[in-house]
Amino acid sequence: MIRLNINGHVHEVDAEPDTPLLYVLRDDLAMNGAKFGCGLGQCGACTVIVDGQAVFSCLTPIAALSDRTIRTIEGLGNSPVQRAFIDEQAAQCGYCTAGMVMRAQALLEHNPHPSEQEIRSTMAVNLCRCGTHMRILAAVRKAATAMGSAKVTKP
Amino acid sequence: MISRRGLLAVGGGLVVAFSLRAEEPARPGSLKETPLLDAWIRVASDGRVTVFTGKAELGQGLKTALLQVAAEQLDVPVSTVELITADTARTANEGFTAGSHSMQDSGTAILNAAAQVRALLVDAAAVELGVAAALLSTVDGSVRTTDGRGIGYGPLAAKLNLHVEAAPVSALKDPAAYRLMGTPMPRVDIPAKLHGGASYVQDIRLPGMLHARAIRQPSVGAKLLAFDTGPVERMPGVVKVVRDGSYLAVVADKEWQAIKAMRALSAAAQWEETATLPDETTVLETIRALPARDIPILTWTNPAGPAVKRQKAKYTRPYLMHGAIGPSCAVARFVDGTITVWTHSQGVYPLRAALSGLLRLPLEKIHCIHVEGSGCYGHNAADDAAGDAVLIARAVPGRPIRVQWMREQEHTNEPYGAAMIAEVSGATDAGGNIVDWDYGVWSNTHNRRPAVGGLMLQNAALPDPLPVPPPTPIPMPEGGGERNSNPIYAFPNARVVSHFIPEMPVRVSALRSLGAYLNVFAIESFMDELAEGAGADPVDFRLRHLKDERAKAVIALAAEKFGWAAGKPGEGRGFAFARYKNLGAYCAIALSLRVEHETGQIRLGRIVAAVDSGQEVNPDGIRNQIEGAIVQSASWTLYEQVHFDRRRILSADWSGYPIMRFPAVPESISVHIVPRPGQPFLGTGEAGQGPTAAAIANAVRDAAGIRLRDVPFSAAKVKAAIGI
Repeated sequence: MIRLNINGHVHEVDAEPDTPLLYVLRDDLAMNGAKFGCGLGQCGACTVIVDGQAVFSCLTPIAALSDRTIRTIEGLGNSPVQRAFIDEQAAQCGYCTAGMVMRAQALLEHNPHPSEQEIRSTMAVNLCRCGTHMRILAAVRKAATAMGSAKVTKP
Repeated sequence: MISRRGLLAVGGGLVVAFSLRAEEPARPGSLKETPLLDAWIRVASDGRVTVFTGKAELGQGLKTALLQVAAEQLDVPVSTVELITADTARTANEGFTAGSHSMQDSGTAILNAAAQVRALLVDAAAVELGVAAALLSTVDGSVRTTDGRGIGYGPLAAKLNLHVEAAPVSALKDPAAYRLMGTPMPRVDIPAKLHGGASYVQDIRLPGMLHARAIRQPSVGAKLLAFDTGPVERMPGVVKVVRDGSYLAVVADKEWQAIKAMRALSAAAQWEETATLPDETTVLETIRALPARDIPILTWTNPAGPAVKRQKAKYTRPYLMHGAIGPSCAVARFVDGTITVWTHSQGVYPLRAALSGLLRLPLEKIHCIHVEGSGCYGHNAADDAAGDAVLIARAVPGRPIRVQWMREQEHTNEPYGAAMIAEVSGATDAGGNIVDWDYGVWSNTHNRRPAVGGLMLQNAALPDPLPVPPPTPIPMPEGGGERNSNPIYAFPNARVVSHFIPEMPVRVSALRSLGAYLNVFAIESFMDELAEGAGADPVDFRLRHLKDERAKAVIALAAEKFGWAAGKPGEGRGFAFARYKNLGAYCAIALSLRVEHETGQIRLGRIVAAVDSGQEVNPDGIRNQIEGAIVQSASWTLYEQVHFDRRRILSADWSGYPIMRFPAVPESISVHIVPRPGQPFLGTGEAGQGPTAAAIANAVRDAAGIRLRDVPFSAAKVKAAIGI
């Protein structure tokens, strides 16, 4: 049994220690937010926040996560980032969306005043195939404003 | 007299009946194939409305748009409408959700069915209230009289029979009175996607569900040799190894256990492989030289001035990948000889037929239910994932089986968009007008969607494979490789031929916009080449070769919003236009970009699009689709190409098949809609693919003086063209 602190709750999980966090979230805890995209850390669909950092849950074995604080989109409540994604209708199929939100959330918690270039380079880790990038960028800018930061400066 | 009159009446009646049938307008949209009103709309006795569509939500916003249409014509609040999408037990068979047909087919059917149901409700209320129907109005799910009396739809519907055929013509609302159609509506599916709700087939969890993984043949025709599956069967959680000929899969209690077992099987399995693939470096020449069936598309012969200048060019694209972010997935359950499949296939009815073949099971024993998956952009591995789920579920009866493909499986086994070649020659007269146009396109089929078992990926692996039907072209006006090969411009003389190549060196099928991407890229690049030869402005040159007023309006709007008349913006600018299939939405794109000489990188600047989709339903949905098409097409155009050696596909993940990432997306995209109230819906989802590619090529020419005709415009090609 491994104890995992997820969204403020401690879960005792009976899974093999090499199991990537993604499969524990999805299969053991029936959470939908983090998605399997590549299993290789190339697309970011599985992104969650561990101790304040955006990480690939598909590559992070649970053995490395006891005593760490894990947050998923289910634990955000209704954050300004989520609200901005809805305001901007920043999705088509939406499969990448939860990962996008979590990476943007981690960015804005660390850097409430990101430049356009900082937003783009941070979000570069996450792939979208529907081409909703412009809306996602707009949503991140809007969330930054809503989270109390000054107007995002263009590069 | 009476007798003669009677005879005439009988005879005349027959004639009238006959001629009425001949002249009677066809029922609109999918009402043609499925005319019963209650196949589309049902009204419960509590007034709640259920709307049925045979189309599927693919992330294109279909659900929201159809809800707007139904609620508008019925005069009910959207919140009282439930929408049921593609399901072989519940909805009409509308074939595939493809070709930007959903609004034209299903949207039109629901528009008319809803208007007719509303009229029937009003008629019923007229009888009930003893008031002429013309004096009644409808609002918020009830019929009202002018003096304030009203009856809800529920009690009226309880007495109404909607199991009747739709009339060919409906009393549609006046578009000026629309309160929902034409107004942006937030997508109904997005909130759940933002809050971890169960939205996808990947999120299905059924009691007792097991997880499976298939081990794919590493190359086409690979034969699985004898090997010991025992060690894998003894791995933790493994329930079963499924093996049938060269088909191999594993089932486990948990997903990670299934993946580990899959990897162990992959490592242990020995395959006998054959080199079936062509040489990638010469694949376009190989395709061009294969035997082709020549399909004449059009021949125009009209008087024209003498040609003073002739230009020629060749344009190509490589194999392109759909590249869904979420690998394909399906869930299946086999109970008492009946199988239920939850799938993100674009066609639940055709898939049912294909699975029936694969399983040798009658159609009525198979139930396919569409559940959203990751965006597909055409025929990807969705159907084949369903093939895995049913084969594995049959081997483990009673237990729901969830199978999701791995990234490398999706990348290397999905059917690609075909590599293509277009060759064009055009002549202008002394006034710079095009007087002759000669165009040929070479392509494989763009439709290997499974409607029979022989077209499922698993078929070739099974010991007793079904016959594989030969590839066929898609006839015009839709077309496959020839889609949009017919120019929309009014040339006095033109010949267009589609060279359909049956032999497929690489597995291919439908990728968003089919041949339209390459054909529009070629035509719209060549229009600029001819304009340049004639010393004409690209926008003026297009306008003067067009007769279609809606086409001209879209071009004028894009040019105006971009500020085309103001001249070169200090960087390259390009323009392109097409009407998708010459039947769907009109889309014009103007954009700016820079070419970095040192790196060969193309940096996209400001992109402006104008679109005419007929009557708008959800304007924000139209904008979202066009924006997405622009970014996706820009990614195809700048980066994408499937790589392979003589045996295997080498583009196995996102490092082997890079797509556009955030730092490279344009500075801005704005989409402007030409309002067309009351006009038929025009499919929009694919309209941006072709114009984007050509606008980029034209802007690169403007920026760097180089003409790129072979997609993708990789940095290496750009540098080579510049001469660095």
